[in-house]
Amino acid sequence: MRGGEAIIESLKNMGVKTIFGYPGGQTIPFYDMLYDADMDHILVRHEQAAAHAADGYARASGRVGVCLATSGPGATNLVTGIGTAYMDSSPIVAITGQVPTHLIGNDAFQEADIIGITMPITKHSYQPKDPDLIPSMIKSSFEIASTGRPGPVLIDVPKEVQEGELTEFRDDLIQTPGYNPTVKGNIKQIKKAFDLIKESKRPMILAGAGVIIANACCELKKLAETINAPVMTSLLGKGAFDETDDLALGMLGMHGRKVSNDYINESDLLIAIGIRFSDRTTGRLDSFAPDTKIIHIDIDPAEIGKNVDVDLPIVGDARNILESLNKVLDGYAPSNDVNDWTNMIKVKKQELLPRVSYDDVPLKPQTVIKEIAEALTPEAILTTDVGQNQMWAAHFFDTQKPRKFISSGGLGTMGFGFPAAIGAKVACPEDPVVSINGDGGFLMVCQELATVREYDLPVIAVVLENRTLGMVYQWQSLLYNNRHSQTLLGNSPDFVKLAESFGVNAVRITEPGETKEALSSAIKDNEPILLNVVIDSEEALPMLPPGAGINEMIGEYKLEKDVI
Amino acid sequence: MDSDYHVISTLVEDKPGVLQKVAGMFNRRGFNIDSITVGSSEVEGQSRMVISVHADKKGLEQVTKQLNKLVDVIKIKDITKTAVKRELCLVKVNIPNAKARAEIMQYSNIFRAHILDVTEQTLMIELTGDKKKINAFISLVESYGIKRIARTGLTAMSRGV
Ligand SMILES: Cc1ncc(C[n+]2csc(CCOP(=O)(O)OP(=O)(O)O)c2C)c(N)n1
Ligand SMILES: [Mg+2]
Repeated sequence: MRGGEAIIESLKNMGVKTIFGYPGGQTIPFYDMLYDADMDHILVRHEQAAAHAADGYARASGRVGVCLATSGPGATNLVTGIGTAYMDSSPIVAITGQVPTHLIGNDAFQEADIIGITMPITKHSYQPKDPDLIPSMIKSSFEIASTGRPGPVLIDVPKEVQEGELTEFRDDLIQTPGYNPTVKGNIKQIKKAFDLIKESKRPMILAGAGVIIANACCELKKLAETINAPVMTSLLGKGAFDETDDLALGMLGMHGRKVSNDYINESDLLIAIGIRFSDRTTGRLDSFAPDTKIIHIDIDPAEIGKNVDVDLPIVGDARNILESLNKVLDGYAPSNDVNDWTNMIKVKKQELLPRVSYDDVPLKPQTVIKEIAEALTPEAILTTDVGQNQMWAAHFFDTQKPRKFISSGGLGTMGFGFPAAIGAKVACPEDPVVSINGDGGFLMVCQELATVREYDLPVIAVVLENRTLGMVYQWQSLLYNNRHSQTLLGNSPDFVKLAESFGVNAVRITEPGETKEALSSAIKDNEPILLNVVIDSEEALPMLPPGAGINEMIGEYKLEKDVI
Repeated sequence: MDSDYHVISTLVEDKPGVLQKVAGMFNRRGFNIDSITVGSSEVEGQSRMVISVHADKKGLEQVTKQLNKLVDVIKIKDITKTAVKRELCLVKVNIPNAKARAEIMQYSNIFRAHILDVTEQTLMIELTGDKKKINAFISLVESYGIKRIARTGLTAMSRGV
């Protein structure tokens, strides 16, 4: 068996059925061996899309996503995708070709030190110098990528190692004595959490992506119900808790729901789970829950106390810890004070529901999201791009299940949403997959229309056309005196014609009701399609300006109850 | 010594790129490494890295945790309080006249330094000690004119068993 075949065999052993990639000079040996192999390969049209697709695959399924690129420019094209996965703790394995070992260091054609380049944005990396090491390195990569706090791992395979014969196929040649993620929470700490819960009169829960990654959503629901605490999430925590539940308040943060942002500081206990307190979630730190006791549950010890000082840290896997905590809480009933608080919050939540009903033309983005929500079942997967489109979706779409809302949080990568949807569709072929994009970001990855056509992947791409780089435009409107420097996109392209040139159907939508109708029939047709939705470019999201506290939102927060 | 100065001893895998990873992490997280020394340890395939760094309590905690997250880092210990700290320094000093030569050799004696190389115009001196001792010696001989200094940076080991 040769190195390239060992890569394929090892991937199969890891349960991989599909990889996303793009060939080149230094991966020709691998691709030659792939030719006869029993392994699906999706040929994306830009390597960045391969990394995002692997990432989308991982987030939708919880399994490791795999992407592949050639050396040099192929590898550097993966960088944004690897960085995106790193910031959002998504388990991907990126395999790159490398120039033959004897040429490394010579500035050989298409040589790039991709391990060095990606060092700060990978959890680990390997470069096999011997084909015998390939099975062990791949196994170890999957282990490291998917356990503890997940993240990307890179394997850089020199050309001659792909071609070299293995003496023996063994996958136990690599030990990682320095890698021991903590899983079980300290029971003493868990009992202390119980004490804090008992003392609390106004508890709240803040859930992050860690809850979803740990598959701890049932345990979270049980905890919230047992202690009768309202639940907020971060952007990436959407889906950790059913947002249609009475106890759900929605997203907290820079573009969070008003009820979450307004009331978090009134809580006396915040149970934060699987979350890293990003500045986009907390606003200015000294006015984030200043009088609130904080319990922080996270698998990454480095997140404890990094941004927010906490009263009680519990390090470990969210599911494991919540299971233990729920056990300790067995028989616990919340006090009248707690019930009064939570009832009050529920009333406020209803009062502060954001307005989504409009019949304006040009369409209000809120209404478009509302119609999308109406057309989808809870099983549908929504991916977003970055910008206003992302925040409209995050703010107005109630996500009901984990792994159904997929978005680039930490890195905020424009061009993520559409290729991530491709990955999600490959991971979950039964579920409708809709990606919500801005007209700016979609153009960064529109070549992937060829991919969805070629592989008949019925991904629905919604392009919210506001002819602006809306999010930046909004900042300029609100904070830079309406000086819209370089944020007007002009009239090109015609997105319908663009899609059609790839053989993908497209519909232009301008009126209320059309989005829902088009989406419903698209789901029935089960074909790739682009919905070009023309929206009001002046609509802005309420936001925390930089440096503002969590309850200092600017911009008018329009309420559904004010609709007459 | 100022309380923000820390000496961290780490056991790491002896692999290419580990030094880059550790140094890169410090840099990326905004910490200045005072010095970093690496060499083989008592375990085959593992090296010991001694890092001295300025950081407040919170910073030190963060740096330690981030170090721990590196897969190639096996063990970490803050040995600031318990450690014997040593650095090796080579200094080449000018000799303006015979009197200077005698004086420098005398200082070297007092500091238990060794003369490694002698020419008409220069002396090369090897000195080990903690930072303070080395700094003291350097400032003593500075007036003769220092041609070159090479320091290894701190290595350290905890006292006791
Ligand atoms: C790759 C990349 N470049 C630049 C940015 C900065 N940025 C954030 S949002 C945004 C505007 C996005 O415009 P569009 O895709 O049209 O979405 P909209 O905000 O209009 O919904 C920009 C330029 C980014 N996040 N990512
Ligand atoms: Mg736009």
